Amino acid sequence: MADVELETRVVGGGDAGFVTTKFEALLAWARKYSLFQYPFATACCGMEFFAAASPRYDIARFGAEAPRFSPRQADVLWVVGTISQRQAPVLKRIYDQMTEPKWVIAFGTCASCGGFYDNYATVPGIDKILPVDVMIPGCPPRPEAVLDGLMLLQQKIGDGDRTTAVVKNTQLPDGAEEKLERLYNIRMRP
Amino acid sequence: MARIILDRLKERFGADVLETSSQHGDDVAVVTPARWREAAEFVRTDPRCACDYFVDLSAIDCCDNGDPEARFEVYVIAYSVARKHRVRLKVRLPEDNPEVDTLIPVWVGANWMERECFDMFGVRFKGHPDLRRILLYEEFKGHPLRKDYPAQQAQPLVAYREGTYDKLRPFLADEGMPLDRTFKAAQDPD
Ligand code: SF4
Repeated sequence: MADVELETRVVGGGDAGFVTTKFEALLAWARKYSLFQYPFATACCGMEFFAAASPRYDIARFGAEAPRFSPRQADVLWVVGTISQRQAPVLKRIYDQMTEPKWVIAFGTCASCGGFYDNYATVPGIDKILPVDVMIPGCPPRPEAVLDGLMLLQQKIGDGDRTTAVVKNTQLPDGAEEKLERLYNIRMRP
Repeated sequence: MARIILDRLKERFGADVLETSSQHGDDVAVVTPARWREAAEFVRTDPRCACDYFVDLSAIDCCDNGDPEARFEVYVIAYSVARKHRVRLKVRLPEDNPEVDTLIPVWVGANWMERECFDMFGVRFKGHPDLRRILLYEEFKGHPLRKDYPAQQAQPLVAYREGTYDKLRPFLADEGMPLDRTFKAAQDPD
């Protein structure tokens, strides 16, 4: 709601007040809470997707309740699992059949970058064939990371941002970042 | 344990059994390509062997043994449900024309395994009714489990998109925090 409120003003008073907002903001706000999903589950990550969609994690509270097994009715394509080269045309076709606006979530390391399948058989990340909005690393990712990914997608929809974003591990224990930075000679902190 | 099979084979085929070995309960007999089908038939029908259960058929690329006449080693594993013993028959095939008789008349289950062996190694099976690729696609060139196939050389069916990441670098960009993600204009992944 917050991002709509920024653009929104209440005009007038008494019984007959009215509200103005930007049309795009209202539309984006409406879209991000009514995501119909198309689960394209191909491998072990599928199990984790079922867990994330189960009542315990309750993906419905994000407005992403209904899985649609027709691409025409879906807004979000969840690519869950390893995509082999032989399967790539099928995935591309499903994506092409979805109606605009559409978003893609790469669920798991295999869908994001091919994972440990660095060979002739596997597509090294579905961003090689489709534009991807959110990548959720993990083999498989925990349901919490999946929910983070969904919230990230909602935020991106609200912002109108189509760059690829990666769900980050948000809960490293104290001191772990410094240690990893030293170990791998990378920069993790701003 | 199943030495009896090896003895029977040697008795029946004489010099056409090139070598036999027994190790850790595995009994192996190498036969000549000319009598491959016959040896399998014998192992199945001989009452002392009675190997009625087809377990597996595949090949090994022994390209480093320095002998182009014996580059491929096709093996079949058969098990006797009644006698509870198992045998492995092998045949060595040359590099330039790896071809051997099909075992479908002996065990009908050999059909798909021979197709897989053809797909992965390019070994042809004489008399196979439907020798097509089974795991890969028709457009694929070469046979990926041959050791001279470059392991990472993919043959994509869907052309890769321009400007994608090589590999994911989730920890370098400070994007992807589910909360407090501020709007960023389209940015270079580097
Ligand atoms: S990321 Fe891991 S769990 Fe998910 S499909 Fe790949 S191998 Fe399976």
